[in-house]
Amino acid sequence: MDIDVNKVAMLARIRLTDDEAAELGPQLSGILGYIEALSEVNTEGVAATAHPHDAAMPLRANVVTNGNRRDELQAPAPKTESGLYVVPKVIE
Amino acid sequence: MPFSSLSEIKSRLDAGETTAVEIAQLYLDRIAAHNDVLNAFVHIDADHVLAQAKASDKYRSEHDARPLEGLPIAVKDIFCTQDGPTRCCSKILADFHAPYDAQVITHLKEAGAVLVGKTNMDEFAMGSSNETSAFGPCRNPWDTDTIPGGSSGGSAAAVAAALTPAALGTDTGGSIRQPASLTGITGLKPTYGRVSRRGIIAFASSLDQAGPMTRTVKDTAMITSVISGHDSGDATSVDNAPAVDWLGACDATDMKGLKVGRPKEYFVDGMDAEVRASIEAALEKCKELGAEIVDISLPHTKYAVAAYYVIAPSEASANLSRYDSVRYGHRCENPKDLLDMYSRSRDEGFGSEVKRRILTGAFALSSGYYDAYYLKAQQVRTLIQQDFIKAFEAVDIIATPTSPVTAFKLGEKTDDPLTMYLSDIYTIAVNLAGLPGLSQPCGFANDMPVGLQWIAPAWREDTILSAASAYEAATDWTTKVPAQFGGEA
Repeated sequence: MDIDVNKVAMLARIRLTDDEAAELGPQLSGILGYIEALSEVNTEGVAATAHPHDAAMPLRANVVTNGNRRDELQAPAPKTESGLYVVPKVIE
Repeated sequence: MPFSSLSEIKSRLDAGETTAVEIAQLYLDRIAAHNDVLNAFVHIDADHVLAQAKASDKYRSEHDARPLEGLPIAVKDIFCTQDGPTRCCSKILADFHAPYDAQVITHLKEAGAVLVGKTNMDEFAMGSSNETSAFGPCRNPWDTDTIPGGSSGGSAAAVAAALTPAALGTDTGGSIRQPASLTGITGLKPTYGRVSRRGIIAFASSLDQAGPMTRTVKDTAMITSVISGHDSGDATSVDNAPAVDWLGACDATDMKGLKVGRPKEYFVDGMDAEVRASIEAALEKCKELGAEIVDISLPHTKYAVAAYYVIAPSEASANLSRYDSVRYGHRCENPKDLLDMYSRSRDEGFGSEVKRRILTGAFALSSGYYDAYYLKAQQVRTLIQQDFIKAFEAVDIIATPTSPVTAFKLGEKTDDPLTMYLSDIYTIAVNLAGLPGLSQPCGFANDMPVGLQWIAPAWREDTILSAASAYEAATDWTTKVPAQFGGEA
């Protein structure tokens, strides 16, 4: 299968150089070709797995439990100011 | 001494024959002597290790010893630790320091363990040879021209060469069991939901599970008993999971009455002849120990790798979308706008295998392809689970090879991603079905270690521990150590 690797890379927000795109394109086609084997399997009426043990998602009480740790949690950020994350200007 | 098991070291500490500081220094010396060759550790802080050991000795002098008091345990670079860096062996996390400990790290600390450092791994645990690490490949102590397996290759090599008596790994498609097999040690992937995933950097959330990598079966039990348990901070951690007598299960010395399934789909072409001979000999030994070997079929086995390489990359592409260079992680220089910042930071930060998986997943989840790929794979996954459920109506446990081959040379499989993916052919189905699996050494092929894999029904780690303990007691494979790293006091 031929896939538009640049389109997929855009969806994944990864810039690819032309060399990377030229290498990844055939590799992805090879991987997807292998995965095609799944189409041999009759899955009519088979439920898709949602959780390996079919466990229900648990609920918890709607109370704040994470404390006030803004400074610690923001410490690994590339750029912050006054408790806010700083990114390039979004609106002109 | 360096090749002692965790339980032997514990006995010596309990008897007052040594101290945690002495033990820590012994392994720090071995790391200093051998890590340049093996590249098993990517972070060591000797002063911090000794400080923990000293604190443990002090605790012991004032209280009853805790379950892992003073015992050195290394952890894969995937576990968030407040002490030192957590980088998942990726450039994108080059400067990351976690603001909290993973739940399993908290458990280890509370049990008195001494955390030795961070071990090498494939970047974001994506790989089967430890060659995708941003810190360079790790090497197999049995032959340093070969890979240790992956993705928990550093943990495996560190234990095999006795740079630490035990380590934690994670297993998404075989990443504990395959490297354990290739380096001649024991590794357990617990039942999905047994061990909290909170604070473990996510790869594929419906498959990831942490577990121990050790010299002996009992050592895996000692660690798993400490790290397992429900955690309300991980929504997939299972509440009221059936309890296991972890240490008691390791007292077994025979397999009387045990029905061991031998799946015909796991003994096919493509398997190394000497590996097959080792596994067949191991099954003979099980028979001598009283087991009944039953031929079984797991008919959807041949689709496991294909299903996995849809599901795991799909979940990875979603999980790794968090690396947006806003809250943490690498940010490119002078981004011209938001899109440029995302796409260039991610291009610079991720290695080629991680990009390959993200793109595979992004494609499988994209508009128009979801049903044909992701949904189909999750349906096939259900069929794979049903194969196991049916098989366990007739047998108590399943025995297979862990890997079709022994450790291969560095660079041998890096050119073709598919060849590398197929090296996990015997371990992947266990993750898809959420079952527990253990690899233990069972001989040598081409002078390299071979692993025997045990698979049990969900929550029956005790069945695995008993069978593996009986096999271990009846053979001497766990006493074999790599010559280049042995023979020292």
